[in-house]
Amino acid sequence: MLAWTIYSSFLGVAVLMLLPRTNARLARTVALLTALLGLGFALGGMLDAKIGEVHTITRVPWIPSLGLEYHLAADGISLTLVLLTGLAAVAGILFSWNIEHRAKEFFAFYLALIGGVYGVFLSFDLFLLFVFYEIAIIPKYFIIAIWGSTRREYGAMKLALYSFVGSAMVLIGLVAAYVVSGGHTMSIFELAKFPFPHGFQMWAFPLVFVGFAILAGLWPFHTWAPTGHVAAPTAASMLLAGVVMKLGAYGCLRVAMTLFPEGMAPWGTHILGFGSWRDVFSLLAVIGILYGALVALVQKDFKFIIGYSSVSHMGFVLLGLMTLSQVGMSGAVLQMFSHGLLAGLLFAVVGRMVYDRTHTRDLADLQQMDLGTLFPFTAVIFTIASVASMGLPGFSGFVAELQVLLGAWQAFPTLTVVSGLGLLVGVAYMLRALQRVFFADREPAPVAARSSGNGHLSLEPISIPERLGAVLLVGVSLAIGLYPRLLLDWIIPSFNSGLFGGLPKGPP
Amino acid sequence: MNQFPYITILTLIPLVGGIIVIGLGKTQERLARGLALSFSLLALAGALALWRLFDTGSGALQFEETHAWIPALAVRYHVAIDGLSLLMVLLSALVVPMAMLASWGIQGRVPIYFALVLFLQAGLFGTFTALNFFHWFIFWELSLIPAFFLIKLWGGPLRSAAATQFFIYTMAGSIAMLLAFLAILFATGRFDFTDLADWGRNGLLTSALSDKLGWRDLTTKRLALLIFSGVFLGIAVKVPLVPFHTWLPNAYTEAPTGTTMLLTGLMSKMGIYGFLRILLPIFPQEMRWVLTPLLWLAVLTIIVSAGAAFAQRDLKRMLAYSSINHLGYCLLGIFAVMSSSTLTTAPSIDKTAALNGVMLQMFNHGLTAATLFWFIGFLESRGQGMRGLEDFGGLRKVAPVFCGLMGIALFSSLGLPGLNGFVGEFLIFKGAFSLATWATALSVLGLLITAVFLLTILQRVFNGPLNPKWSQLPDLTLRERMAVLPPLGLMLVLGVYPQALLGLVNSTVVQMVQYLRF
Amino acid sequence: MVTALVVLAADLLALRDLELRFRLSIGALISIAGCLVSAGWMLALPQHADFFQGTLVADSLRELVKIALLVLTIFTLLLSIETNFTSHVGEYFALILLAASGMMFLVSSEDILMIFLSLELTSLSLYILTAFNKRSVQSAEAALKYFLFGGVSAAFTLFGLSLLYGLSGSTNLAQIAAAIRGPGLDPLLAAAIVMTVIGFGFKVAAAPFHLWAPDVYQGAPIPSAAFIASGSKVASFFVFARVMMLGFKGAEGGGGWHAYRPGWIPVLAIVSLASMVLGNVAALAQSSVRRLLAYSAIAHGGYMLLGVMTQAPQSLAALMYYAVTYGLTALGAFGVVSVVQEMSGGDRLVDFAGLSRRAPAVSLCMLVFMLSLAGIPPLAGFFGKFYIFAQALSGPADGMGMLWLVILAIAMSAVSLYYYLQVLKQIYIVEAPAPIRSLPAPVLSQVPLVLLALAVVALGCAPEWLVGKFTAAVKLAGL
Repeated sequence: MLAWTIYSSFLGVAVLMLLPRTNARLARTVALLTALLGLGFALGGMLDAKIGEVHTITRVPWIPSLGLEYHLAADGISLTLVLLTGLAAVAGILFSWNIEHRAKEFFAFYLALIGGVYGVFLSFDLFLLFVFYEIAIIPKYFIIAIWGSTRREYGAMKLALYSFVGSAMVLIGLVAAYVVSGGHTMSIFELAKFPFPHGFQMWAFPLVFVGFAILAGLWPFHTWAPTGHVAAPTAASMLLAGVVMKLGAYGCLRVAMTLFPEGMAPWGTHILGFGSWRDVFSLLAVIGILYGALVALVQKDFKFIIGYSSVSHMGFVLLGLMTLSQVGMSGAVLQMFSHGLLAGLLFAVVGRMVYDRTHTRDLADLQQMDLGTLFPFTAVIFTIASVASMGLPGFSGFVAELQVLLGAWQAFPTLTVVSGLGLLVGVAYMLRALQRVFFADREPAPVAARSSGNGHLSLEPISIPERLGAVLLVGVSLAIGLYPRLLLDWIIPSFNSGLFGGLPKGPP
Repeated sequence: MNQFPYITILTLIPLVGGIIVIGLGKTQERLARGLALSFSLLALAGALALWRLFDTGSGALQFEETHAWIPALAVRYHVAIDGLSLLMVLLSALVVPMAMLASWGIQGRVPIYFALVLFLQAGLFGTFTALNFFHWFIFWELSLIPAFFLIKLWGGPLRSAAATQFFIYTMAGSIAMLLAFLAILFATGRFDFTDLADWGRNGLLTSALSDKLGWRDLTTKRLALLIFSGVFLGIAVKVPLVPFHTWLPNAYTEAPTGTTMLLTGLMSKMGIYGFLRILLPIFPQEMRWVLTPLLWLAVLTIIVSAGAAFAQRDLKRMLAYSSINHLGYCLLGIFAVMSSSTLTTAPSIDKTAALNGVMLQMFNHGLTAATLFWFIGFLESRGQGMRGLEDFGGLRKVAPVFCGLMGIALFSSLGLPGLNGFVGEFLIFKGAFSLATWATALSVLGLLITAVFLLTILQRVFNGPLNPKWSQLPDLTLRERMAVLPPLGLMLVLGVYPQALLGLVNSTVVQMVQYLRF
Repeated sequence: MVTALVVLAADLLALRDLELRFRLSIGALISIAGCLVSAGWMLALPQHADFFQGTLVADSLRELVKIALLVLTIFTLLLSIETNFTSHVGEYFALILLAASGMMFLVSSEDILMIFLSLELTSLSLYILTAFNKRSVQSAEAALKYFLFGGVSAAFTLFGLSLLYGLSGSTNLAQIAAAIRGPGLDPLLAAAIVMTVIGFGFKVAAAPFHLWAPDVYQGAPIPSAAFIASGSKVASFFVFARVMMLGFKGAEGGGGWHAYRPGWIPVLAIVSLASMVLGNVAALAQSSVRRLLAYSAIAHGGYMLLGVMTQAPQSLAALMYYAVTYGLTALGAFGVVSVVQEMSGGDRLVDFAGLSRRAPAVSLCMLVFMLSLAGIPPLAGFFGKFYIFAQALSGPADGMGMLWLVILAIAMSAVSLYYYLQVLKQIYIVEAPAPIRSLPAPVLSQVPLVLLALAVVALGCAPEWLVGKFTAAVKLAGL
């Protein structure tokens, strides 16, 4: 049933291609239905699957001469991320309801991207995973380059090239792994068990990890992210920050860490204070947390703030992965889910609700517009989104960050404290954005003067699709924040499966 | 152990009320106010009912509710009340309606204002009844949001800066506390305050910390102190303890009257509550190690804030500093209880006295300070927004009722015997004197300075020559008189009959003193 | 094979008066029929024969390659139908068929003399095909360049081959291999290797012997260029591989990172390196799509050389798969360029602007072709690269030693995405300049394009079909 998430998305693309070019309405409806269908399949799949096992959906030989299979399967981690994709897809389409220019192509590319992402999360044959991973790159390019805003062609090309370079690195690692293991299979199960030589793992691991981590926004390879997010249209930013960056982190977990666990073992010597790749990447992750937050603090463009905040939050994901403890890694997965929703929500506010109406993202300009009074719904949603993003308890981000920090205490105490600092800076920049845009101090201006100044604003009220999308995302974040067992019950047992057996044992 | 979920329902009342009120349209101000007040009164009724059902003779936890929530993280939904919690719940239930009445004249987005107050109340109820760090922390943090917006949207000219400062300070402390608790969770595998209190009592906590977190060759003691300081920071910012208090004067001054009442009456008590519920039971050893510096801090708090209050010219700021001062006495009492002085022949009696005093002081100060700020609010609304010490004079001639009633509150704050403020301070000093003599002695200075500036207020504002500007100042209306009568009445009653409260808390205090083996 | 050629030439001499398009169609039809017949013949009667001690060999592998060549020829012919660069229709088709025959001979030979002869037959036909557009100066210039370079390289090839003969006393590849096997590298042998590589390098447009390619690809009439890019490459690579792998069997040497040994592999490694780097980097700067395709061809030649260098069991299969799919893709790309040239009058990047609005089906095909060339799954280009890279590392001796070259190949592949996206950017993103009210693309041009695109997608998603055939054939051929 889960495989139909993929197939339905591509079917949607095909249907969209056949529609007449001018009917944007029809295109939107088809797209929404497809996305809802995908979400439905995802939920159905979750109900079907059993906790703790890897549940094989399809496994047929594809290219027997090379031992490559079309192997789809899901464990708790995959299910969580598939669910995220479904939610983000639906929300993204709701927030793109106002696209008129070449709508059909937009939604076609969008659904193709979604299909590719579903594919990555469900593939258990590395070749297949890579195929889907690459499939996801091209639609991104087109979506940003055609429907984006600031410097869109540059942003799109940068994104495409960075992604491609990252996947090139991964390809090298994968081909090498394929060859070294005898060249007869690319199944994750087999390769995870295969004893790759220690020296081989020592260079293959960082190569593949960094290759995926580029897409996850690991510092200092994150520079595509702010540019790309800002250039992209709202729905694309939501997907980019919400889901695509998680592809990278998922790859780190599912491929690099599963196949080459020894790559994280201590080197035996210390270079510059680092004793293993694990030390290096955890430091980079924390730098990302702090750097992203600090840079967000000084931005003048609303969207850039959110873009950098994504880099900061992904740092938590990567830190969690590096803790090698069950609580830390499951926290990382939960953070992937949580940030996916929250980033989507934040970009939706910035892009769809504010920019589409005010046509400016400059904080100084927005400050003058008293948006808090004009758009109370937006103000409330953004308040909720920002406090959730700050890690306020009650929302999903808190539980996730709690777990990551817990896992990090044993392994990297100093880094944990620095991350705490990052949290504080996170509070600061979010507060700054919130204050400037929605709750700026205004001289008690006479009401007449205020309304005359609004002449150039299109005071279009917040539409139903936007409200629905916002409520959907907030609701799920709240639900998981208050009752995280909904997901944790899936995620935590997945780490007990044989796939992760090779990891150097961190604390439980 | 799970009976009828009184506590959960009680917490839900303001929460639900807030959700309903916030849904009201911008123009339905009357409905919003009325509805909000009703919900808060309902909560008051609920709290009183709880008091009725509470067994004051037992010091154990009552009305306990436990549900599994996130087993993987040792998180349970665990609420219960003992004397301390019930006292705080009652205080909250009392001060919130008072604050609402004081905010009756608020302008702009009225439903949101009242909804925020209700959310704040829910947060307070939650904090005072939670016994597992996870949801205690949720409520602790969640109460920040309404407070932030209350200051930010309806406050005075410097409200943004004040609100931001307030938020960030408190968050910084909270993050430190979170990290520390995560370390504790990692070391002990427990998140429940009751469990951790057991560990702390038996000294197991310290050893567990060093076992599991043996990092960087920190000695056991240093490590434990490090963790302790994280939690300490988080709570000390809330009280606030000097030198983490700098956010307070601005926040109190810029906030609208009703909000200041909530801040001083209730939110500051969250800090003291934190000391009593968390720091004392879980970290007795650590507190004892740093007892002297802590006592210094308490004394500093008392004296510095009193001195600062004395130097102020804005009435609200003055009272803000005075709040810090009064809470300093609570801290003095708490810290004194940790000392193992040999000067006393009956340490447990003194400790009981001190702790009882702390509890009473918490309640009484909450009541009195809120009322005082209410009165300042009256002055402000009549005096065209002015509230400087020198702006008024001779008001006794034009508004005698106002001056008389405010005078009662002032004297209570001073600690005049016969009014409620006296009992708490008396008990604290009595108990602390033998336990931490020099600190107590120095703190008397604080009392003196307080007396001086409070009397100064009396003199400058009420007595003295009448400033002709205010010759037309209207006195308290009947409505207002009716509104302030209950708290004032309580002040009188509790001054003469403190047993009403003591009966509530004494058993709990006795148990604390015995259980937490000091 | 050769029969259709004759039939055609005769026929068309009689049809001179008819309208160009009609003649083109008829001519193409006859040629296609001929090709189909010979293909069918080969399929129906698989032969294993060996004439004159290897002068001409027929086995399943060669049959397969020949069929592939015929398919490519057919598509070239289809592409020629809608063109209008010449009125000498009969001669044109005859030449194409001649060239095809030459290639098929090439593929069938195991004797160096025969190889050389077929090479020249093919080349001569291709030179003339390049010059066929008598109205275009560029065409003539390109042909001249091609001819001159070709002549020089033919000289090199001949010299190298004669050295081989001298060293071994035989013209049969297998016997040559036996003769030259021995420790160390005879300086004469080294010279022979270098000469041969130069000669074949020219044919496949590998750097630094590529200088003719950009001009020819740009100047020659489109079907000719397409044919050169596809069929010629397939045949040449096959023979190149056979010559190196079989003929020079003892003298491979090693190209591994730490395992250098003198031989032809290091030489090829350098050539491959140069091709990949130069091809990709130069393509970045192009503004003419045909030149871009030329440099891209050079780069892809570099990748294909990886398949020649290894001795993994399936490397030949990988090479052929790559070559065939590349041929299909290149044909398709040229086809699209032809359509655009008709519609907008030029082949510059800007002429592609807004194509997606004007001719959606054609644009979609171009999307497939460009992405396949870039190596994006699930298209054939990606699988080809994967296959070749995997084989490159699987060599029995020190497979992983070639890792440095594979890494480079993948890196260069990443670079190539940029310029392929540039084309697609023009097509999909840039708005068409308003005044061009362009003619809708003719249906007959679209059909082969769509077929090619579908083939590329199909071969990418389900490569097993082709891969299986090649691997079986290779096994049967005892390689």
